[in-house]
Order: sequence, then structure tokens, then C-alpha cells
Amino acid sequence: MNIALIDYGAGNVPSVERAFQRLGAASRRIVRPADLASAGAIILPGVGHYAAIIRALDSQNLRSPLLEAVARRVPFLGICLGLQALYAGSEEAPALVGLGLLAGSVSSLPRTTKLPHMGWNRLRIVKPTPLFDGLGDSDYFYFAHTFAAPRSAEHAVAFCDYGTTFTAALQSGNIFATQFHPEKSGAAGARLLQNFLRLAAMRNFA
Amino acid sequence: MSLARRIIPCLDTDGDRVVKGVNFVGLRDAGDPAELAARYDSEGADELVVLDIAASRDRRPTFLETIRRVAAELAIPLTAGGGIRTLGDARSVVRAGADKITINTAAVERPQLISELSAEFGSQAVVLAIDATLELAGAEPRWDVRVRGGRDPAHLDALSWAQQGVELGAGEILLTSMDRDGTQGGYDITLTSVISRRVSVPVIASGGAKTPEHFAQVFSEGAADAALAASIFHDGSQSIRGLKQFLAARNIEVRFPC
Repeated sequence: MNIALIDYGAGNVPSVERAFQRLGAASRRIVRPADLASAGAIILPGVGHYAAIIRALDSQNLRSPLLEAVARRVPFLGICLGLQALYAGSEEAPALVGLGLLAGSVSSLPRTTKLPHMGWNRLRIVKPTPLFDGLGDSDYFYFAHTFAAPRSAEHAVAFCDYGTTFTAALQSGNIFATQFHPEKSGAAGARLLQNFLRLAAMRNFA
Repeated sequence: MSLARRIIPCLDTDGDRVVKGVNFVGLRDAGDPAELAARYDSEGADELVVLDIAASRDRRPTFLETIRRVAAELAIPLTAGGGIRTLGDARSVVRAGADKITINTAAVERPQLISELSAEFGSQAVVLAIDATLELAGAEPRWDVRVRGGRDPAHLDALSWAQQGVELGAGEILLTSMDRDGTQGGYDITLTSVISRRVSVPVIASGGAKTPEHFAQVFSEGAADAALAASIFHDGSQSIRGLKQFLAARNIEVRFPC
């Protein structure tokens, strides 16, 4: 399968690449709009500031081809900022417009806890999904973020609690996304990526 | 709250080898960085830190190659540092595979570096390392910051510097007690507690770890979010799995790999 890894300079692109290599899957770094036309699956990684991902998508003219590919039901996996980018916008950069594939906007976690939310946390899987096949509420995943997506009952498949309850993983048709970093989450993260690849190959998203 | 306390082995490297003993005194070879990294990843380490203790310009390519080799073995986050003075230095370290950058002396000399790194990589990628030594004991103790591997005073109060660093954009504090480092007498619980309870970012305790009890103390009394150690893991005197089992039995939440 042709796995397109959108490379806009995000720090975690090499680790996502290595994580797929360990699963025996080769990904291709995408920097030009035309490269998305033949993608069998699209990965949007990200870490850092919301403005970086949105500005990069626009300056590399990737926004429209990305939205078109998602509309063609190409399997999509957003990681961290790649999840946040799916919403209408973010409190972190209020002037910028997100991809708007999901309703609502991203906001800061409460400042009553230590921020960034950094380290290994568990999830509450609230909707059965093949993305979490073989994984459960006792598995830990690695988080490194200050902003988070709203608790959206419609698309959320897993919540996480840190000062508040936020969406840790979601699925909407062919769109999958995680706030945590599966590429940094040891064996549990590898399992999730493998599940995504299997779903993408079957193109069966329910 | 189910955020686990983190156990972080540290690889002090000189050239392409891991060494034991800091401050350039009595350096002993402790193994190959990539081999140790693979071992710690499989034993359940939550993150890994790689430091270039020589941090000399001419050996920079060797250190970057070490980061690449270590990153290739890891499915957990990697922090790298030692001798990072500019945004350019940080970029090469990140490009080589580090998820976070740790800075120390250069940040004291030019605090703006913290903001520059934070703007480029996000605060979650900027770890401010502080080497502290007790200046005034008593009811309201104070610690001084030291730089250049602990050799020189920075004439800064450790708590104020930690708070300033967070304001400038540091997302984590790596706090080393120079008084405890290398003594194996346990972490400085008071230092860790004072800083950790008064900054808004996670604190990694470092310096002095020997027994599982030391880790339990620094998490429960010291309020540390993570604990770092080096030689006790390298020489096999403490296994990461055994340490986590000890902590779990004390109701300290830790992650066991699946």
C-alpha cells in the first residue's frame, strides 16, 4: 500500500516513518500536492504549535488535495496536531482556520494541572473500534500536548482524563486520529498503527 | 488521574560510547549506546535521555550519529542534549531523531534561546536542565544554579530560574542535585519538592539514585513527575522492570509495557 506521510517539517515525521518500517510497511514523505493523488493511506503527523501545521498545509498547497483525498474516502490517520487540525480552529492560534472536517474547536487543557500533559496515560475506550483491536483500558499511550479536542460524543472512540475529559482518539468514516503519539507508545502504539494499516488495506470503515 | 510516573535511563556519551562517571573524572566505558537503548526500551523505560558530556564542536558529527543509532532502536521518546547553543544545533539534533532537546549552560548565558527553541519545536520539546547545589539550609532553603558541568556558579536562584525558564517556554525541567549526583545517597527530596510544587510544568528528578526506595520517595514526597538515573541501570544492579514492580506495590502508578 502507498502510505503517504505528509512532511511539513514536523519533528515526529522520522519517528512515524521508523514506526511503520518496524511493521514492515514503507511510507513515502509527501511535500507536493500532486503526490497525494495516488495515496492509498494518508498520515498527518504533528507536534508543536497549531500554527505550524496549518500554515504549512497552506503554504505547501496541501489543504485542498488533502480534503479531496479524504472525500474520496482514502484512509486518513492524524497524529497529535494532525488530530487537532481536523477541527474548525484552535485557541492556540485563533486567527487560523482549521481543516473543518469535524465540528468544534481545540482549546487548552485546564491550567489547574501541570502542562504540557506529558507522559504515559491510559484511555477510556467508549466505542468499540477495530483501531483498538487487542488494546484496552489498561494500555498506556504517550502524550505531549497542552491543547486538546473537545469531548465530542459523535466521533470520539476513546477519552482521556487529565484535568478534564478530552478526545484521545476518534473515528469518523475513513478519518482516524489520535491525540497521543502511537509512534512513541511502545508495543501498544505499534499495535494501533498495525490496526490502522489493516483497516486501510481493507478499506472497511463501517 | 492515571498519568504514570516515568522512569528515564540516561546515557552519558563520549564519542560513540556510553561512559560512567561525570565531570570527566574516572570515566569508564559502560557500553554501546544503541545496545543499551534497545535493552531499556524492551525492559520498560518510559523515555531515554542521551547527553554528550564532552560537547566539543569537533565531535559533534559523532554525537549526531549516536542519536541516529539510538533513535532507530526506540519506540519511546528520546531527549538529547549537551553542547546545544543555537537553534541550528537544536535542529540537527531533532533531525537526527530526538523528540526533545535539553539545554543548560547556553540557556543561562542567553535565556532567549529557550523561547527560540519553544517557538520552533513547541514547549513540549524544550527541556531546561538545571544543576542545583544547596546554598542555604533551613526552613526556607535556597539552591544555586551551576553551569559548565557543575563547575561554575551561575549566580542564579534555582527556583527563580526554573520559573523564568517556564515563562520563556520550557515545557519540562530536568533537575539535578549536584550535592547528590554520584553519591548514590538518594535524590534531594526537598529540592525536588520545592521546585516541582512551584512550577507549572513536569519535573524530572536526577542525581543520587541507588535503591527502589529512593525512587518511591522522590515520587511520593518529592512530587517528581519522572525520575532519571544512569549507572544503576547500566551496571545491571537495578532492573527497570523490578523497580516498577516495587513502585506499583507502593501504589505509585507506573507503566508496564504490553
